Amino acid sequence: MLPENPTLDQYLAHASEVEARGIAELSIAADAEALEEARIRFLGDKRGELLALQKGLGALPPESRRDAGRAFNETKTKLNAALDERRAALARASSAGPELDLTLPSRARWRGGRHPVTLVIDEIVGIFRELGFTVALGPESESEWYNFGALNFPADHPAMDLHDTLYLGESALLRTHTSPVQVRTLQRYAPPIRILAPGTVFRRDPFDASHAPAFAQIEGLAVDEGISFVDLKATLTHFAQRFFGATRTRFRPSYFPFTEPSAEMDVECRLCGGKGCSACKGTGWMEILGSGMVHPAVLESAGIDSERYTGWAFGMGPARIAMQRYDLPDIRLLYDSDVRFLEQVAE
Amino acid sequence: MNASVEWLNTFLSAAHSAVELRDLITAHTATVDELIALRADLAPIVVARVVEEGPHPDSDHLHVTRVDMGTGELLDVVCGAPNVEAGKLYPFAPTGTVMPNGLKIEKRKIRGQTSNGMLCSARELGLGQEHDGIMELDLAVAPGTPFLDAIAVGDSRLVIDVLPNRPDLLSHLGVAREVAAVTGDTLTLPDIGTNGVVVPEAKRFRRAGNAGGVVLHLEDATLASRYMGVVIRGIQVGPSPQWLVDRLSAVGSRSINNVVDATNYVLHELGQPTHAFDMGKLDLDTKLPQKTVVVRSAKEGETLVTLDGVTRKLEPAMTVIADSVKPIAIAGVMGGQETEVTDSTTDIFVEVASFDPARTRRTRRLAGLSTDASYRFERGVDPALAPRALERVAALIISLAGGEVAAVPVDLYAGDPLREPLVLRTARVARVLGIELPAERIAELLRGVGCQADVEDRGAMVRVLAPSWRRDLEREVDLAEEVARLYGYDRFPSELRPYRPGTVKDAPLWGVADRLRDALGAAGLLEARPTPFVAGAEGHVRVLNPLADNEAYLRRTVLETLERRAEANLAHMEGNVRLYEIGSVFSPGEHDLPDESVNVGLVVMGDRSPVHFTNPRPAQYDAWDAKWLGELVARTAFPAVEAKLEPAGQADGVLWHIIIDGAERGSVRRLDLDAPVWAAPAFGVELVLALMSNSDVAPAGEHAHGATPAPEPRRTPRYRSLPTTPASTFDLALLLPPGVNAADAERVIRAAAGDLLERLELFDLYEGEGVESGHRSVAWRLTMRHPERTLRDKEIEGRRAKVLSALQSQLNVRQRTT
Repeated sequence: MLPENPTLDQYLAHASEVEARGIAELSIAADAEALEEARIRFLGDKRGELLALQKGLGALPPESRRDAGRAFNETKTKLNAALDERRAALARASSAGPELDLTLPSRARWRGGRHPVTLVIDEIVGIFRELGFTVALGPESESEWYNFGALNFPADHPAMDLHDTLYLGESALLRTHTSPVQVRTLQRYAPPIRILAPGTVFRRDPFDASHAPAFAQIEGLAVDEGISFVDLKATLTHFAQRFFGATRTRFRPSYFPFTEPSAEMDVECRLCGGKGCSACKGTGWMEILGSGMVHPAVLESAGIDSERYTGWAFGMGPARIAMQRYDLPDIRLLYDSDVRFLEQVAE
Repeated sequence: MNASVEWLNTFLSAAHSAVELRDLITAHTATVDELIALRADLAPIVVARVVEEGPHPDSDHLHVTRVDMGTGELLDVVCGAPNVEAGKLYPFAPTGTVMPNGLKIEKRKIRGQTSNGMLCSARELGLGQEHDGIMELDLAVAPGTPFLDAIAVGDSRLVIDVLPNRPDLLSHLGVAREVAAVTGDTLTLPDIGTNGVVVPEAKRFRRAGNAGGVVLHLEDATLASRYMGVVIRGIQVGPSPQWLVDRLSAVGSRSINNVVDATNYVLHELGQPTHAFDMGKLDLDTKLPQKTVVVRSAKEGETLVTLDGVTRKLEPAMTVIADSVKPIAIAGVMGGQETEVTDSTTDIFVEVASFDPARTRRTRRLAGLSTDASYRFERGVDPALAPRALERVAALIISLAGGEVAAVPVDLYAGDPLREPLVLRTARVARVLGIELPAERIAELLRGVGCQADVEDRGAMVRVLAPSWRRDLEREVDLAEEVARLYGYDRFPSELRPYRPGTVKDAPLWGVADRLRDALGAAGLLEARPTPFVAGAEGHVRVLNPLADNEAYLRRTVLETLERRAEANLAHMEGNVRLYEIGSVFSPGEHDLPDESVNVGLVVMGDRSPVHFTNPRPAQYDAWDAKWLGELVARTAFPAVEAKLEPAGQADGVLWHIIIDGAERGSVRRLDLDAPVWAAPAFGVELVLALMSNSDVAPAGEHAHGATPAPEPRRTPRYRSLPTTPASTFDLALLLPPGVNAADAERVIRAAAGDLLERLELFDLYEGEGVESGHRSVAWRLTMRHPERTLRDKEIEGRRAKVLSALQSQLNVRQRTT
């Protein structure tokens, strides 16, 4: 207790004693209730020890009051700090406790993402990028010359039956393949050329489970001096191994007016491992892409010396790959833009 | 093209299995899409052993047997064959089998004895006429083995995908030739019992000739490069022998009668369509001394009832075969019903022609009819084949139906075209194929497919004369392909060789699209890839030959498509729609081609986020979300130039115009969907990313190299040093009178606050009770900072007063006091 008329020394000793005791009691309060009791004992505004200390200031000689006042303030600050600290510590302990149900769901956002066909295109582009290919684009509305003439299609020939065309005018059409981009690129840029041309192409095919009047295609073209069929085979085999995982490939003779020699590439059927099943019609192979050495007539259409330069090209359908990859029974799923479908597959 | 494995083997010196032929043809010539075992109907039949045999108690010719079919139990089977013997193997049809004649085998009692299946004779299996007894199998296989696995039974059909450049493969001869080229087999035409039948050699004329009772006349030589005919008199039309029926059925063709079957046989054997007309039906009523057969264009108004019984209107663009009066066949497509060979026919005229491919194509299209014959003529039938085919078909008809050639056959032909030899440089082969092959090896490969190939110039080149049936071999590179495929694509190495980097930079649009996909995906939008076809109307580009009238136009905007897609989602009760698309749009152009651009479009409607227990009723997408999405696409697509949204008049739901570098390129809008009442409001954004030129890069045969494209604008933000002094913030709650908008107030605040203003945030908007009608209470938070020292209270107070007085004097905006 503080004497009735304390000296400065007595006052200061008492203040530091209250401070030490107060900090000790406040800091060890076991729970909120104990802390409140300690607070009332030291900081209470009716009978708290700090209040007594404050009242004691008035009994001091005036010349001692400044130093005593400073000591009082210090004690008050420290006790309040000890109270806050303990309060925060108890709150931390209680909130980390078992009453938070961690199995509750997170606050999720809507899932967005790219269309499966875009994902397939991106993956193809990614693999060819490593081999020095860049992306070229062209219009979907094309002239007959870029779509057929420049690509060595004979006029009025059954080869045209494979490209049932949607026409927009006398000689204007919706491109039936991405190959016009080959010609546009060859006219615009001098070799060496290594490009990929992804895009939408059109055929006069009504929608059914496996056909659509508009679908994605991706084209590749490499033109330079000394490019050969070996480059074609090696690059596409490398691609197939990267894209489909280690797998066997085979090349079959084919025909496209704009390549010579022409070849189609198959990869081993992944469902049956090459033994033959209904998905591969018993052949053990899945057709993946068409390819070939660029026909000299195509290079000549673009004013490029076909004696000096050779090249190879390929084209493939990402939608077919997406259908296999996601096991889709109907190609229309890729067009319907059904949010429920896209939420499953978009990334 | 359907090919029979047995038939192909009759051309070859060694027999090849169906699988072997499939793999060889696919690897070197054309893809075999399917291999069909034609006797798949025998799949249930198994090989079974008769273990016990004894007489039937109630019959003098039936036997009672116990049969082991590999199931572990013996079956009681009653058998009527005299040759059944215990210990031997026979084909056995278990109960449930449907026999080739349609009979279903069931468990039944035969004169009191149970029979569980049937031991089969060759005839019962459709394997011949033998019916003296059941088919004894001298095989070392276990009972239960499927019959088809135990012995080679029946033919197989190869379905070959013959591509348009190889009409020579549309025959067994053509396919067998390819096989022989790869295997080294010798190739011979099979014996079909025509030895001893002599058909005189045809006589050649240019335009007309008498074939014995009929004058052939080729009115226009552009219609057919060759037209041959032979008259056979005294035939007897009847059924074909089994071997011929089998051959035709193996390729999917039905037997009609011996004459028609002979023509079909030659079509599939040699690839030459031929047609037999009943001479008796050719028009007699003519002023000319003899009946004529004319190859000519159809006349306006003519009609013909074709073999399929359909009356067809003919047009001048079609080629017909006519007698003196009327058309009797659509040339190269189908014969007429009236002159069809029937059981009563005795004299026939057989046509063997080479009709013009393009003309046949037009004729076939106009007739709306495709046949085995038109399919071949369209692709080109070798004119040099005609004499061989005429001899073959006439001999076969005579050997099957009797009769004799009435006169020397007629051959209307200008003669074989001169074929220029091609030069194939050994070095060019190496350049294109990437492997070195000696000239002699190249020549050998080419000779295999009928080329005449001579090595010249000490191995530097091969001089090649392509056979008449290979009109696709036109250039040096065509020969390089022959070499590659005959050598075998699979034998080429797959070694990656060094390459030079290309000169083409990524299309800028590709990078823009990629960034947009990232940004919109992160914002929770899903990418759609629908078709650009719309119902359309005025101002839309029309497809001349649309698939459907309700999708006959091309869209002008991506939103037109996405609106329909959003409605489709609503139709199955999905109200939370967030879709975007990057795609081409079209508008009518000055010339033939439309103007094309690539746009990004997006639609949002419904909940802004999924439901969470802290937020059971998520807010719905509103105009402010749409405005942010508009800003997002504008900023993402055009990072290097100024991109901003300007308020629009709200006509047609347009809320903001998107202004890129001063030009309007898009909009943010409220969408008016055909939506059910429960649907939330929908908002859309559309922005033109780039024009997509479809004009010529350079004239045909030329290039535009060296034209330097405009450099891509690029903007990199400059670093500003991070602040080291403290900031002060204060709020201003302002009353905006009618006609004053937020942007006006912000402009005034910025100007008055000066460069100490670091940040200005609008954080509250209130209208209603407590605020004067028409007025809006808007609150901003201002953050002020001096770059070098702490701002004094007096300075801040000074700026605050300055801002308030500017607002008061310029906009009559006061501070809100209540």
